[in-house]
Amino acid sequence: MPEIPEHLLRRSAERRKALGLPVKGEEGGEAPSEEVPAAEAEAPTETPAAEEAAPAAAAAGGGGEEVTESKGGVPAHLLERSRRRKAALAGGDGGAAEPAAAAAAGGGGTARAGTATATRPAPAPTSTGPGGHTQRLLTVVKSGSIQQTRAEAQDKVHTWPHLLVIEFAAVLTVTAALLIFSALVRAPLQGLADFNQTPNPSKAPWYFLGLQELLTMFHPMVAGVTIPGMGIFLMMVAPYVDKNPSQHPKDRKFAISLFTIFLMFWAVLVIIGSFFRAKGFNFAFPWNDGIFFDL
Amino acid sequence: MANGNGTNGTNGHGGPGARLLSRARETGDKLAGSQVMTSIFRPGSVFRKGYTDSPRNRSYVIMNNVLYHLHPVKVKRHAVKVSYTLCLGGLSFFLFILLTVTGIFLMFFYRPTAASAWNDVRTLETAVYFGSLVRNMHRWAAHLMVLSVFLHMSRVFYHGAYKAPREFNWVIGVILLTLTLLLSFTGYLLPWDQLALWAVTVGTNMMGYTPVFGSSVRYVLLGSKEISGDTLLRWYVLHVLLLPFVIVIFMAVHFWRVRKDGGISGPL
Repeated sequence: MPEIPEHLLRRSAERRKALGLPVKGEEGGEAPSEEVPAAEAEAPTETPAAEEAAPAAAAAGGGGEEVTESKGGVPAHLLERSRRRKAALAGGDGGAAEPAAAAAAGGGGTARAGTATATRPAPAPTSTGPGGHTQRLLTVVKSGSIQQTRAEAQDKVHTWPHLLVIEFAAVLTVTAALLIFSALVRAPLQGLADFNQTPNPSKAPWYFLGLQELLTMFHPMVAGVTIPGMGIFLMMVAPYVDKNPSQHPKDRKFAISLFTIFLMFWAVLVIIGSFFRAKGFNFAFPWNDGIFFDL
Repeated sequence: MANGNGTNGTNGHGGPGARLLSRARETGDKLAGSQVMTSIFRPGSVFRKGYTDSPRNRSYVIMNNVLYHLHPVKVKRHAVKVSYTLCLGGLSFFLFILLTVTGIFLMFFYRPTAASAWNDVRTLETAVYFGSLVRNMHRWAAHLMVLSVFLHMSRVFYHGAYKAPREFNWVIGVILLTLTLLLSFTGYLLPWDQLALWAVTVGTNMMGYTPVFGSSVRYVLLGSKEISGDTLLRWYVLHVLLLPFVIVIFMAVHFWRVRKDGGISGPL
Protein backbone atom coordinates (compact mmCIF):
# COMPACT_ATOMS: atom_id res chain seq x y z
CA MET A 1 0.00 0.00 0.00
CA PRO A 2 1.61 3.28 -0.99
CA GLU A 3 1.76 5.99 1.57
CA ILE A 4 -0.95 8.59 1.12
CA PRO A 5 -0.05 12.18 1.88
CA GLU A 6 -1.68 13.49 4.96
CA HIS A 7 -3.32 16.46 3.28
CA LEU A 8 -5.08 14.14 0.81
CA LEU A 9 -6.49 12.10 3.66
CA ARG A 10 -7.61 15.26 5.35
CA ARG A 11 -9.32 16.49 2.20
CA SER A 12 -10.98 13.16 1.75
CA ALA A 13 -12.30 13.26 5.31
CA GLU A 14 -13.65 16.78 4.82
CA ARG A 15 -15.34 15.87 1.61
CA ARG A 16 -16.91 12.80 3.11
CA LYS A 17 -18.17 14.77 6.03
CA ALA A 18 -19.73 17.29 3.67
CA LEU A 19 -21.49 14.47 1.85
CA GLY A 20 -22.69 12.92 5.09
CA LEU A 21 -20.67 9.76 4.67
CA PRO A 22 -18.98 8.04 7.61
CA VAL A 23 -15.53 9.43 8.30
CA LYS A 24 -12.82 7.02 9.22
CA GLY A 25 -11.34 8.79 12.25
CA GLU A 26 -14.73 9.21 13.94
CA GLU A 27 -16.17 5.80 13.27
CA GLY A 28 -13.05 3.74 13.63
CA GLY A 29 -13.95 2.01 10.39
CA GLU A 30 -11.50 0.90 7.74
CA ALA A 31 -8.60 3.16 7.01
CA PRO A 32 -9.30 5.75 4.34
CA SER A 33 -5.89 4.97 2.94
CA GLU A 34 -7.40 1.79 1.60
CA GLU A 35 -10.24 3.54 -0.11
CA VAL A 36 -8.75 6.61 -1.66
CA PRO A 37 -6.61 4.99 -4.34
CA ALA A 38 -9.42 2.68 -5.27
CA ALA A 39 -11.70 5.61 -5.80
CA GLU A 40 -9.15 7.48 -7.78
CA ALA A 41 -8.62 4.48 -9.94
CA GLU A 42 -12.28 4.15 -10.64
CA ALA A 43 -13.08 7.62 -11.84
CA PRO A 44 -10.76 10.33 -13.08
CA THR A 45 -11.99 12.99 -10.72
CA GLU A 46 -10.59 14.21 -7.48
CA THR A 47 -13.55 12.82 -5.60
CA PRO A 48 -12.39 10.31 -3.02
CA ALA A 49 -13.15 6.69 -3.54
CA ALA A 50 -15.75 6.09 -0.94
CA GLU A 51 -18.14 8.50 -2.60
CA GLU A 52 -18.21 6.68 -5.85
CA ALA A 53 -18.07 3.29 -4.35
CA ALA A 54 -21.37 4.13 -2.68
CA PRO A 55 -23.32 5.10 -5.82
CA ALA A 56 -21.82 2.24 -7.73
CA ALA A 57 -22.97 -0.16 -5.08
CA ALA A 58 -26.37 1.46 -5.02
CA ALA A 59 -26.62 1.15 -8.77
CA ALA A 60 -25.62 -2.47 -8.72
CA GLY A 61 -28.12 -3.28 -6.01
CA GLY A 62 -30.92 -1.00 -7.13
CA GLY A 63 -31.26 -2.53 -10.55
CA GLY A 64 -33.42 -0.16 -12.58
CA GLU A 65 -31.70 3.05 -11.63
CA GLU A 66 -31.33 5.69 -14.30
CA VAL A 67 -27.92 5.75 -15.89
CA THR A 68 -27.99 9.47 -16.47
CA GLU A 69 -28.42 10.24 -12.81
CA SER A 70 -25.47 11.93 -11.25
CA LYS A 71 -24.82 10.93 -7.69
CA GLY A 72 -22.26 11.90 -5.11
CA GLY A 73 -20.67 14.42 -7.43
CA VAL A 74 -19.69 11.80 -9.99
CA PRO A 75 -20.47 12.97 -13.52
CA ALA A 76 -23.19 10.93 -15.13
CA HIS A 77 -21.17 9.89 -18.15
CA LEU A 78 -18.52 8.41 -15.91
CA LEU A 79 -21.05 6.48 -13.93
CA GLU A 80 -22.44 5.17 -17.13
CA ARG A 81 -19.06 4.16 -18.38
CA SER A 82 -18.31 2.40 -15.14
CA ARG A 83 -21.52 0.47 -15.35
CA ARG A 84 -20.95 -0.44 -18.94
CA ARG A 85 -17.55 -1.76 -18.13
CA LYS A 86 -18.86 -3.78 -15.22
CA ALA A 87 -21.64 -5.21 -17.25
CA ALA A 88 -19.18 -6.04 -19.99
CA LEU A 89 -16.96 -7.81 -17.54
CA ALA A 90 -19.89 -9.72 -16.15
CA GLY A 91 -20.83 -10.66 -19.68
CA GLY A 92 -17.31 -11.76 -20.45
CA ASP A 93 -17.35 -14.04 -17.46
CA GLY A 94 -20.58 -15.48 -18.65
CA GLY A 95 -18.95 -16.45 -21.92
CA ALA A 96 -21.55 -17.57 -24.40
CA ALA A 97 -24.31 -16.02 -22.31
CA GLU A 98 -23.62 -12.64 -23.85
CA PRO A 99 -26.21 -12.64 -26.62
CA ALA A 100 -28.59 -14.28 -24.26
CA ALA A 101 -28.13 -11.43 -21.83
CA ALA A 102 -28.88 -8.99 -24.61
CA ALA A 103 -32.02 -10.85 -25.38
CA ALA A 104 -32.94 -10.94 -21.72
CA ALA A 105 -32.40 -7.19 -21.56
CA GLY A 106 -34.79 -6.76 -24.41
CA GLY A 107 -37.21 -8.92 -22.55
CA GLY A 108 -37.14 -6.71 -19.46
CA GLY A 109 -34.15 -8.07 -17.55
CA THR A 110 -32.10 -5.81 -15.35
CA ALA A 111 -31.80 -2.36 -16.80
CA ARG A 112 -28.14 -2.32 -15.94
CA ALA A 113 -27.15 -5.33 -17.98
CA GLY A 114 -29.50 -4.23 -20.69
CA THR A 115 -28.02 -0.84 -21.31
CA ALA A 116 -24.51 -2.11 -21.17
CA THR A 117 -24.80 -4.98 -23.55
CA ALA A 118 -27.30 -3.37 -25.84
CA THR A 119 -25.26 -0.28 -26.58
CA ARG A 120 -22.01 -2.06 -27.21
CA PRO A 121 -20.98 -5.69 -27.21
CA ALA A 122 -18.45 -6.29 -24.48
CA PRO A 123 -14.87 -6.45 -25.74
CA ALA A 124 -12.77 -9.44 -24.83
CA PRO A 125 -10.96 -8.67 -21.55
CA THR A 126 -7.44 -7.80 -22.61
CA SER A 127 -4.63 -5.93 -20.94
CA THR A 128 -4.37 -3.33 -23.72
CA GLY A 129 -6.62 -0.34 -23.97
CA PRO A 130 -7.73 1.68 -26.99
CA GLY A 131 -4.89 2.27 -29.40
CA GLY A 132 -2.97 -0.61 -27.90
CA HIS A 133 -1.97 1.40 -24.81
CA THR A 134 -0.64 -0.73 -22.02
CA GLN A 135 -0.86 2.02 -19.41
CA ARG A 136 -3.91 3.64 -17.91
CA LEU A 137 -4.43 7.14 -16.68
CA LEU A 138 -5.72 6.66 -13.18
CA THR A 139 -6.42 10.20 -12.24
CA VAL A 140 -5.71 13.76 -13.14
CA VAL A 141 -3.68 15.24 -10.32
CA LYS A 142 -4.13 18.91 -9.72
CA SER A 143 -0.97 20.88 -9.03
CA GLY A 144 -0.50 21.33 -5.34
CA SER A 145 -2.47 18.26 -4.35
CA ILE A 146 0.53 15.98 -3.95
CA GLN A 147 3.43 18.37 -3.92
CA GLN A 148 3.05 21.27 -1.57
CA THR A 149 3.64 24.18 -3.86
CA ARG A 150 4.53 27.40 -2.19
CA ALA A 151 2.70 30.45 -3.31
CA GLU A 152 5.41 32.97 -2.58
CA ALA A 153 8.87 32.50 -4.04
CA GLN A 154 11.68 32.34 -1.51
CA ASP A 155 14.40 34.91 -1.58
CA LYS A 156 17.47 32.87 -2.43
CA VAL A 157 20.96 33.53 -3.70
CA HIS A 158 23.51 31.28 -5.32
CA THR A 159 25.81 29.50 -2.88
CA TRP A 160 28.65 30.25 -5.24
CA PRO A 161 29.82 32.94 -4.95
CA HIS A 162 27.77 34.44 -2.13
CA LEU A 163 28.18 31.84 0.62
CA LEU A 164 31.44 30.21 -0.42
CA VAL A 165 33.27 33.52 -0.46
CA ILE A 166 32.19 34.23 3.11
CA GLU A 167 33.15 30.75 4.25
CA PHE A 168 36.50 31.04 2.56
CA ALA A 169 37.15 34.36 4.28
CA ALA A 170 36.12 32.93 7.66
CA VAL A 171 38.35 29.90 7.25
CA LEU A 172 41.31 32.06 6.21
CA THR A 173 40.78 34.40 9.14
CA VAL A 174 40.68 31.59 11.68
CA THR A 175 43.69 29.86 10.14
CA ALA A 176 45.70 33.06 10.16
CA ALA A 177 44.71 33.91 13.72
CA LEU A 178 45.52 30.41 14.90
CA LEU A 179 48.84 30.37 13.09
CA ILE A 180 49.92 33.69 14.58
CA PHE A 181 48.71 32.75 18.04
CA SER A 182 50.51 29.39 17.85
CA ALA A 183 53.72 31.04 16.70
CA LEU A 184 53.60 33.37 19.67
CA VAL A 185 52.16 31.31 22.51
CA ARG A 186 53.61 27.95 23.43
CA ALA A 187 51.39 25.06 24.44
CA PRO A 188 52.21 24.07 28.01
CA LEU A 189 54.45 21.12 28.62
CA GLN A 190 55.24 20.60 32.28
CA GLY A 191 57.62 18.07 33.78
CA LEU A 192 57.30 14.34 33.23
CA ALA A 193 54.24 12.81 34.89
CA ASP A 194 55.09 11.85 38.46
CA PHE A 195 52.65 9.84 40.52
CA ASN A 196 54.44 10.73 43.74
CA GLN A 197 54.18 14.45 43.34
CA THR A 198 50.66 15.83 43.38
CA PRO A 199 50.56 19.44 42.26
CA ASN A 200 48.69 21.82 44.53
CA PRO A 201 46.09 22.60 43.36
CA SER A 202 45.25 19.85 40.84
CA LYS A 203 42.80 21.11 38.27
CA ALA A 204 40.79 19.46 35.51
CA PRO A 205 40.77 20.91 31.98
CA TRP A 206 38.99 24.26 31.90
CA TYR A 207 35.71 22.96 30.46
CA PHE A 208 35.40 20.57 33.41
CA LEU A 209 36.31 23.16 36.03
CA GLY A 210 32.63 23.97 36.52
CA LEU A 211 32.14 20.36 37.58
CA GLN A 212 35.18 20.48 39.82
CA GLU A 213 33.76 23.61 41.37
CA LEU A 214 30.52 21.75 42.06
CA LEU A 215 32.60 19.11 43.84
CA THR A 216 33.27 21.63 46.60
CA MET A 217 29.54 21.93 47.23
CA PHE A 218 28.04 18.49 46.60
CA HIS A 219 28.77 14.84 47.03
CA PRO A 220 31.01 13.64 44.17
CA MET A 221 28.24 11.51 42.72
CA VAL A 222 25.92 14.51 42.49
CA ALA A 223 28.56 16.88 41.15
CA GLY A 224 30.35 14.50 38.84
CA VAL A 225 27.58 12.31 37.50
CA THR A 226 24.06 13.43 38.35
CA ILE A 227 24.32 17.12 37.49
CA PRO A 228 26.24 16.78 34.19
CA GLY A 229 24.10 13.79 33.23
CA MET A 230 20.92 15.71 33.93
CA GLY A 231 22.34 18.69 32.05
CA ILE A 232 22.99 16.66 28.90
CA PHE A 233 19.63 14.93 29.18
CA LEU A 234 17.75 18.20 29.62
CA MET A 235 19.50 19.74 26.64
CA MET A 236 18.55 16.77 24.50
CA VAL A 237 14.89 16.87 25.42
CA ALA A 238 14.67 20.68 25.26
CA PRO A 239 13.15 20.79 21.74
CA TYR A 240 10.48 18.31 22.76
CA VAL A 241 9.63 20.15 25.95
CA ASP A 242 9.60 23.61 24.41
CA LYS A 243 6.30 23.51 22.50
CA ASN A 244 6.31 27.22 21.71
CA PRO A 245 6.45 27.35 17.90
CA SER A 246 7.72 30.91 17.68
CA GLN A 247 11.35 31.63 16.92
CA HIS A 248 11.17 35.28 17.75
CA PRO A 249 12.95 36.34 20.96
CA LYS A 250 9.95 38.48 21.85
CA ASP A 251 7.79 35.36 22.24
CA ARG A 252 10.43 33.26 23.97
CA LYS A 253 11.24 35.29 27.04
CA PHE A 254 11.04 32.34 29.41
CA ALA A 255 13.18 29.96 27.32
CA ILE A 256 15.79 32.60 26.67
CA SER A 257 15.96 33.65 30.32
CA LEU A 258 16.31 30.07 31.45
CA PHE A 259 19.07 29.32 28.97
CA THR A 260 20.90 32.53 29.76
CA ILE A 261 20.77 31.79 33.49
CA PHE A 262 22.12 28.31 32.76
CA LEU A 263 24.97 29.75 30.67
CA MET A 264 25.81 32.41 33.24
CA PHE A 265 25.76 29.90 36.05
CA TRP A 266 28.12 27.66 34.12
CA ALA A 267 30.42 30.48 33.03
CA VAL A 268 30.70 31.79 36.59
CA LEU A 269 31.57 28.32 37.89
CA VAL A 270 34.25 27.85 35.23
CA ILE A 271 35.72 31.28 35.87
CA ILE A 272 35.80 30.74 39.63
CA GLY A 273 37.34 27.31 39.17
CA SER A 274 39.91 28.66 36.74
CA PHE A 275 41.06 31.86 38.37
CA PHE A 276 39.74 32.04 41.92
CA ARG A 277 40.98 28.72 43.24
CA ALA A 278 44.48 28.61 44.70
CA LYS A 279 46.38 26.11 46.84
CA GLY A 280 44.18 23.39 48.29
CA PHE A 281 41.51 24.52 45.83
CA ASN A 282 40.68 27.25 48.32
CA PHE A 283 38.97 30.41 47.18
CA ALA A 284 41.44 33.24 46.59
CA PHE A 285 41.67 36.37 44.51
CA PRO A 286 44.06 36.06 41.57
CA TRP A 287 45.51 39.50 42.25
CA ASN A 288 46.56 38.38 45.75
CA ASP A 289 47.71 34.80 45.31
CA GLY A 290 48.40 34.56 41.58
CA ILE A 291 46.75 32.39 38.94
CA PHE A 292 46.81 28.62 39.21
CA PHE A 293 45.59 27.79 35.77
CA ASP A 294 47.03 26.19 32.68
CA LEU A 295 45.33 25.39 29.41
CA MET B 1 40.03 21.44 -33.52
CA ALA B 2 39.02 23.15 -36.75
CA ASN B 3 38.27 26.30 -34.82
CA GLY B 4 41.69 26.29 -33.22
CA ASN B 5 43.33 26.04 -36.63
CA GLY B 6 41.39 29.03 -37.84
CA THR B 7 42.51 31.23 -34.98
CA ASN B 8 46.03 29.95 -35.42
CA GLY B 9 45.98 31.15 -39.03
CA THR B 10 44.79 34.63 -38.19
CA ASN B 11 47.11 34.99 -35.22
CA GLY B 12 50.05 33.74 -37.24
CA HIS B 13 50.79 37.31 -38.36
CA GLY B 14 51.26 38.52 -34.80
CA GLY B 15 54.83 37.27 -34.47
CA PRO B 16 56.34 34.38 -32.54
CA GLY B 17 54.83 35.42 -29.22
CA ALA B 18 51.28 35.35 -30.47
CA ARG B 19 51.90 32.11 -32.32
CA LEU B 20 53.25 30.51 -29.15
CA LEU B 21 50.21 31.75 -27.25
CA SER B 22 47.79 30.30 -29.75
CA ARG B 23 49.75 27.05 -29.78
CA ALA B 24 49.50 26.91 -26.01
CA ARG B 25 45.80 27.61 -26.12
CA GLU B 26 45.32 24.89 -28.67
CA THR B 27 47.21 22.40 -26.53
CA GLY B 28 45.15 23.45 -23.55
CA ASP B 29 41.93 22.84 -25.48
CA LYS B 30 43.14 19.45 -26.60
CA LEU B 31 44.09 18.55 -23.05
CA ALA B 32 40.74 19.69 -21.66
CA GLY B 33 38.97 17.52 -24.22
CA SER B 34 41.13 14.46 -23.63
CA GLN B 35 39.71 11.27 -22.22
CA VAL B 36 41.75 11.58 -19.04
CA MET B 37 40.42 15.04 -18.25
CA THR B 38 36.84 14.21 -19.17
CA SER B 39 36.98 11.14 -16.98
CA ILE B 40 38.27 13.13 -14.00
CA PHE B 41 35.99 16.16 -14.27
CA ARG B 42 32.26 15.90 -14.59
CA PRO B 43 30.30 17.46 -17.44
CA GLY B 44 29.88 21.15 -16.81
CA SER B 45 33.02 21.34 -14.70
CA VAL B 46 34.93 24.60 -15.01
CA PHE B 47 38.03 22.53 -15.73
CA ARG B 48 36.43 21.22 -18.88
CA LYS B 49 34.62 24.14 -20.33
CA GLY B 50 35.90 27.21 -18.54
CA TYR B 51 33.90 29.53 -16.34
CA THR B 52 31.81 32.46 -17.34
CA ASP B 53 29.50 33.94 -14.77
CA SER B 54 26.03 32.63 -15.42
CA PRO B 55 23.39 31.11 -13.16
CA ARG B 56 24.00 27.76 -14.82
CA ASN B 57 27.72 27.86 -14.14
CA ARG B 58 27.16 29.03 -10.58
CA SER B 59 25.09 25.90 -10.05
CA TYR B 60 27.72 23.72 -11.71
CA VAL B 61 30.39 24.95 -9.32
CA ILE B 62 28.45 23.48 -6.40
CA MET B 63 27.23 20.36 -8.17
CA ASN B 64 30.60 19.30 -9.53
CA ASN B 65 32.55 19.38 -6.28
CA VAL B 66 32.06 16.79 -3.61
CA LEU B 67 32.87 19.20 -0.77
CA TYR B 68 30.84 22.14 -2.01
CA HIS B 69 28.06 19.68 -2.59
CA LEU B 70 27.43 19.75 1.17
CA HIS B 71 25.68 22.99 0.28
CA PRO B 72 22.57 23.36 -1.80
CA VAL B 73 22.97 25.26 -5.08
CA LYS B 74 21.01 28.13 -3.64
CA VAL B 75 20.60 29.29 -0.06
CA LYS B 76 18.21 31.70 1.59
CA ARG B 77 19.47 35.23 1.31
CA HIS B 78 19.50 35.77 5.06
CA ALA B 79 21.66 32.64 5.48
CA VAL B 80 24.67 34.41 3.98
CA LYS B 81 24.51 37.18 6.58
CA VAL B 82 27.54 36.66 8.79
CA SER B 83 25.72 38.25 11.70
CA TYR B 84 23.15 35.44 11.72
CA THR B 85 25.35 32.36 12.14
CA LEU B 86 28.77 33.92 12.76
CA CYS B 87 29.97 30.89 10.74
CA LEU B 88 30.24 28.99 14.03
CA GLY B 89 29.05 25.59 12.84
CA GLY B 90 31.17 25.70 9.71
CA LEU B 91 34.19 26.85 11.68
CA SER B 92 33.75 24.02 14.16
CA PHE B 93 33.89 21.63 11.21
CA PHE B 94 36.90 23.43 9.80
CA LEU B 95 38.69 23.24 13.15
CA PHE B 96 37.98 19.52 13.20
CA ILE B 97 39.68 19.18 9.80
CA LEU B 98 42.59 21.33 10.97
CA LEU B 99 42.92 19.18 14.09
CA THR B 100 42.90 16.04 11.97
CA VAL B 101 45.67 17.36 9.74
CA THR B 102 47.88 18.61 12.58
CA GLY B 103 47.08 15.50 14.59
CA ILE B 104 48.27 13.19 11.81
CA PHE B 105 51.51 15.16 11.71
CA LEU B 106 51.94 14.72 15.46
CA MET B 107 51.31 10.99 15.22
CA PHE B 108 54.50 10.55 13.21
CA PHE B 109 56.56 11.57 16.22
CA TYR B 110 54.67 10.14 19.15
CA ARG B 111 54.59 6.75 20.87
CA PRO B 112 51.86 6.20 23.47
CA THR B 113 53.92 4.52 26.17
CA ALA B 114 54.68 5.84 29.62
CA ALA B 115 58.41 5.53 28.92
CA SER B 116 58.54 7.49 25.67
CA ALA B 117 55.46 9.74 25.39
CA TRP B 118 56.81 12.74 27.24
CA ASN B 119 60.23 12.46 25.61
CA ASP B 120 58.64 12.26 22.18
CA VAL B 121 56.73 15.47 22.79
CA ARG B 122 59.91 17.10 24.07
CA THR B 123 61.81 15.98 20.98
CA LEU B 124 59.00 17.13 18.74
CA GLU B 125 59.22 20.59 20.28
CA THR B 126 62.98 20.93 19.99
CA ALA B 127 64.19 18.76 17.11
CA VAL B 128 61.42 18.55 14.49
CA TYR B 129 60.84 21.19 11.81
CA PHE B 130 57.63 23.04 12.65
CA GLY B 131 57.06 20.48 15.42
CA SER B 132 56.48 23.11 18.07
CA LEU B 133 54.25 25.19 15.79
CA VAL B 134 52.08 22.24 14.78
CA ARG B 135 51.72 21.06 18.38
CA ASN B 136 50.75 24.56 19.46
CA MET B 137 48.22 24.76 16.65
CA HIS B 138 46.76 21.40 17.61
CA ARG B 139 46.42 22.44 21.23
CA TRP B 140 44.93 25.88 20.63
CA ALA B 141 42.65 24.67 17.85
CA ALA B 142 41.32 22.02 20.25
CA HIS B 143 40.43 24.60 22.88
CA LEU B 144 38.98 26.82 20.18
CA MET B 145 36.86 23.99 18.87
CA VAL B 146 35.34 23.33 22.29
CA LEU B 147 34.55 27.02 22.44
CA SER B 148 33.14 27.26 18.92
CA VAL B 149 30.96 24.17 19.27
CA PHE B 150 29.62 25.57 22.52
CA LEU B 151 29.00 29.00 20.98
CA HIS B 152 27.36 27.37 17.97
CA MET B 153 24.97 25.60 20.32
CA SER B 154 24.16 28.84 22.10
CA ARG B 155 23.57 30.60 18.78
CA VAL B 156 21.19 27.86 17.70
CA PHE B 157 19.32 28.08 20.97
CA TYR B 158 18.92 31.86 20.89
CA HIS B 159 17.56 31.67 17.35
CA GLY B 160 15.10 28.95 18.38
CA ALA B 161 16.56 26.91 15.54
CA TYR B 162 16.14 23.67 17.49
CA LYS B 163 12.38 23.78 17.02
CA ALA B 164 10.40 21.57 14.64
CA PRO B 165 11.44 20.22 12.22
CA ARG B 166 14.99 20.44 13.58
CA GLU B 167 14.50 18.79 17.00
CA PHE B 168 16.45 15.67 16.15
CA ASN B 169 19.33 17.59 14.67
CA TRP B 170 19.64 19.46 17.96
CA VAL B 171 19.90 16.10 19.75
CA ILE B 172 22.67 15.09 17.33
CA GLY B 173 24.29 18.43 18.09
CA VAL B 174 24.30 17.76 21.83
CA ILE B 175 25.93 14.39 21.13
CA LEU B 176 28.53 16.16 18.99
CA LEU B 177 29.26 18.58 21.83
CA THR B 178 29.77 15.67 24.21
CA LEU B 179 32.04 13.92 21.72
CA THR B 180 34.04 17.12 21.26
CA LEU B 181 34.59 17.35 25.00
CA LEU B 182 35.62 13.69 25.14
CA LEU B 183 38.04 14.16 22.25
CA SER B 184 39.59 17.14 23.99
CA PHE B 185 39.77 15.33 27.31
CA THR B 186 41.37 12.17 25.90
CA GLY B 187 43.94 14.29 24.10
CA TYR B 188 44.72 16.10 27.33
CA LEU B 189 46.49 13.04 28.78
CA LEU B 190 48.74 12.30 25.83
CA PRO B 191 51.69 14.67 26.57
CA TRP B 192 52.12 12.65 29.79
CA ASP B 193 53.29 15.62 31.83
CA GLN B 194 52.23 16.67 35.32
CA LEU B 195 49.42 18.85 33.96
CA ALA B 196 47.99 15.98 31.92
CA LEU B 197 48.30 13.34 34.61
CA TRP B 198 46.62 15.27 37.38
CA ALA B 199 43.92 16.92 35.29
CA VAL B 200 42.89 13.49 34.07
CA THR B 201 43.10 12.13 37.61
CA VAL B 202 40.63 14.76 38.80
CA GLY B 203 38.35 14.13 35.81
CA THR B 204 38.30 10.36 36.01
CA ASN B 205 37.88 10.34 39.79
CA MET B 206 34.51 11.99 39.23
CA MET B 207 33.47 9.27 36.77
CA GLY B 208 34.23 6.70 39.44
CA TYR B 209 31.23 7.95 41.37
CA THR B 210 28.75 6.76 38.74
CA PRO B 211 26.16 4.81 40.72
CA VAL B 212 26.16 1.00 40.67
CA PHE B 213 28.92 0.39 38.12
CA GLY B 214 31.13 3.40 38.87
CA SER B 215 34.28 1.41 39.56
CA SER B 216 33.78 -0.69 36.43
CA VAL B 217 33.36 2.44 34.31
CA ARG B 218 36.54 3.82 35.75
CA TYR B 219 38.41 0.55 35.23
CA VAL B 220 37.31 0.28 31.61
CA LEU B 221 38.34 3.87 30.95
CA LEU B 222 41.70 3.63 32.67
CA GLY B 223 42.60 0.08 31.73
CA SER B 224 43.83 -0.35 35.30
CA LYS B 225 42.96 0.64 38.86
CA GLU B 226 44.90 3.89 38.59
CA ILE B 227 46.19 5.90 35.65
CA SER B 228 49.11 4.06 34.05
CA GLY B 229 50.77 3.31 30.76
CA ASP B 230 47.73 1.22 29.85
CA THR B 231 45.54 4.28 30.27
CA LEU B 232 47.82 6.17 27.92
CA LEU B 233 47.48 3.55 25.18
CA ARG B 234 43.74 3.30 25.72
CA TRP B 235 43.17 7.03 25.53
CA TYR B 236 45.48 7.33 22.56
CA VAL B 237 43.37 4.87 20.57
CA LEU B 238 40.22 6.65 21.71
CA HIS B 239 41.68 10.00 20.75
CA VAL B 240 43.10 9.22 17.31
CA LEU B 241 40.74 6.50 16.11
CA LEU B 242 37.55 5.63 17.91
CA LEU B 243 36.18 9.04 18.84
CA PRO B 244 37.07 10.67 15.48
CA PHE B 245 35.39 7.76 13.73
CA VAL B 246 32.24 8.18 15.79
CA ILE B 247 32.18 11.96 15.54
CA VAL B 248 32.53 11.83 11.75
CA ILE B 249 29.47 9.62 11.53
CA PHE B 250 27.47 11.98 13.70
CA MET B 251 28.73 14.99 11.77
CA ALA B 252 27.61 13.39 8.52
CA VAL B 253 24.12 12.90 9.92
CA HIS B 254 24.17 16.43 11.32
CA PHE B 255 25.04 18.05 8.00
CA TRP B 256 22.67 15.85 6.07
CA ARG B 257 19.82 16.70 8.41
CA VAL B 258 20.52 20.43 8.09
CA ARG B 259 19.59 20.12 4.42
CA LYS B 260 16.77 17.62 4.85
CA ASP B 261 15.15 19.76 7.53
CA GLY B 262 14.89 22.68 5.15
CA GLY B 263 18.29 24.33 5.31
CA ILE B 264 19.30 26.96 7.77
CA SER B 265 16.61 28.25 10.10
CA GLY B 266 15.07 31.68 10.27
CA PRO B 267 14.97 34.55 9.54
CA LEU B 268 13.55 35.55 12.90
